[in-house]
Amino acid sequence: MGAIVEVHNLGMKYHSLNGEITALRDINLEVEEGEFVCIVGPSGCGKSTLLSIIAGLLKPTEGSVFIGGRPVTGPGNQVGYMLQKDYLFEWRTIYENVILGLEITRTLNSHTKEYVLKLLETYGLSEFRDKYPNQLSGGMRQRAALIRTLAVNPQILLLDEAFSALDYQTRLAVEEDIHSIIKQENKTAIMVTHDISESISMADRVVVLTKRPGTIKKIYSIRLTCDRKTPMSCREAPEFRHYFNNIWKDLDIHV
Amino acid sequence: MNSKGISKEHMEYLKKVRMRKTLILVLRLFLLVAVFALWELLARLKLIDPFITSQPSRIAETIARLYREGKLFYHTGITCLETVIGFMLGTTAGTLIAVILWWSELLSKVLEPYLVVLNSLPKIALGPIFIVWIGAGPASIIAIALTISLIVTILEVLNGFVSVDGDKIKLVRTFGANRLQVLTKVVLPSSYPVIINALKVNVGLSWVGVIVGEFLVSKAGLGYLIVYGGQVFQLDLVMTSVLILLIAAALMYQGVVYIEKILVKSGKHSAH
Ligand SMILES: Nc1ncnc2c1ncn2[C@@H]1O[C@H](COP(=O)(O)OP(=O)(O)OP(=O)(O)O)[C@@H](O)[C@H]1O
Ligand SMILES: [Mg+2]
Repeated sequence: MGAIVEVHNLGMKYHSLNGEITALRDINLEVEEGEFVCIVGPSGCGKSTLLSIIAGLLKPTEGSVFIGGRPVTGPGNQVGYMLQKDYLFEWRTIYENVILGLEITRTLNSHTKEYVLKLLETYGLSEFRDKYPNQLSGGMRQRAALIRTLAVNPQILLLDEAFSALDYQTRLAVEEDIHSIIKQENKTAIMVTHDISESISMADRVVVLTKRPGTIKKIYSIRLTCDRKTPMSCREAPEFRHYFNNIWKDLDIHV
Repeated sequence: MNSKGISKEHMEYLKKVRMRKTLILVLRLFLLVAVFALWELLARLKLIDPFITSQPSRIAETIARLYREGKLFYHTGITCLETVIGFMLGTTAGTLIAVILWWSELLSKVLEPYLVVLNSLPKIALGPIFIVWIGAGPASIIAIALTISLIVTILEVLNGFVSVDGDKIKLVRTFGANRLQVLTKVVLPSSYPVIINALKVNVGLSWVGVIVGEFLVSKAGLGYLIVYGGQVFQLDLVMTSVLILLIAAALMYQGVVYIEKILVKSGKHSAH
């Protein structure tokens, strides 16, 4: 299996009247198909910037990104993006929200409709398809947001602190949920998080970035001995603490 | 809790709420009747001069006379029509221009100071200019009503557009949305409440524009009747016209509120 996402010597500078900010420098990263990679790093080190560049929303000032061997030039439907909040539109029903991407890419047809309905069915939202977002719980909304992303059938999912707006209990459940959906649908995922535990329990690899300008400090391949491969049970693994302490030290957080 | 499971205390509570509502309604009606009765009484007892203050019975007579002469619906209709056209045009054109300015940031930056300055100009001052340019008729009156609501609509709606959450736009852009799709899928539906609100404000503004326009043009409409009545010292006519104006304006406002309800229901927009 080759790398589906390749990031080569990536650098990003922002220009503003107050001067120039180097957000990212010399980022090299390869993500294999089906892999779950987490990115952690201090606040403002350029994590969101990195995801936006991979998604084609921003042009890097240096280096390049390849997806499936082809350079990224703009947003395309091989990449799905999940943001911190679910951003379900309150004026659309769940079904109408979920097909948003299909409408925009003009790929709404009987085939894709069927796929969406199947996703809603599989992930327990079909009875809510005609409800409005404010009638759903936080966890269900996040699941609906994931289905909206999956509807356009992207190979790669980018998650930017996708669970940080949820309360702790819901968050654990949704982590579990989304992790299993991503694995089940056999997607590649790159997730940004502030939560070290979340990254260790969900990821195959954890990438630690330095303070701004963000560069790669370390990459951990996570190997946990847990029978069921779910984030919840992995938190119980004996190696968990070891990874946690190392990443904590790498992040060098002062309080 | 279902309807059978209502406790006695709760029944009592609901009853109290209903009684209070009825009381308020009765008092409101009473106030209305009382004001008119007092007005009539004072005029009959010659404590006030009906020549200056008019009186309810004379207003009723005036309405009947206007109706017989076929003037009642003619003048009321003209004023209402001008107002409706004025605020519809003002809201539509304002929203369209806001879309254009949203589209071109350069244009909006260039025009910004001019819009602010124009907004502070009392638009009524332009009335005589419109009359010279367009002629003394309904077109000028509509133009005045339109300019009154236009600039403020542009500013309000544009402000609504640019305050749409950037992450919502980012979301549709991740699907590869172009600018037109960003507009139709996110920006316009998000600004729905702002546009409806502009519509409500513009009804009021258009009434002002139309009445002032009719003062200036002085050919037809309730504004004309008011000015004419004042000039020939027929206070009955003035009071009658003001009363009709009051009713028409209130009805139109209720109409807009009703339209809003339908739109909100069909759009299911939980405005925040
Ligand atoms: N549009 C922009 N213009 C100028 N500077 C920007 C812009 N976007 C981000 N930055 C700066 O670039 C740096 C990296 O931003 P980014 O949002 O990628 O960080 P982050 O790691 O996602 O932070 P957080 O953990 O707070 O989400 C920050 O210091 C930010 O101030
Ligand atoms: Mg961020």
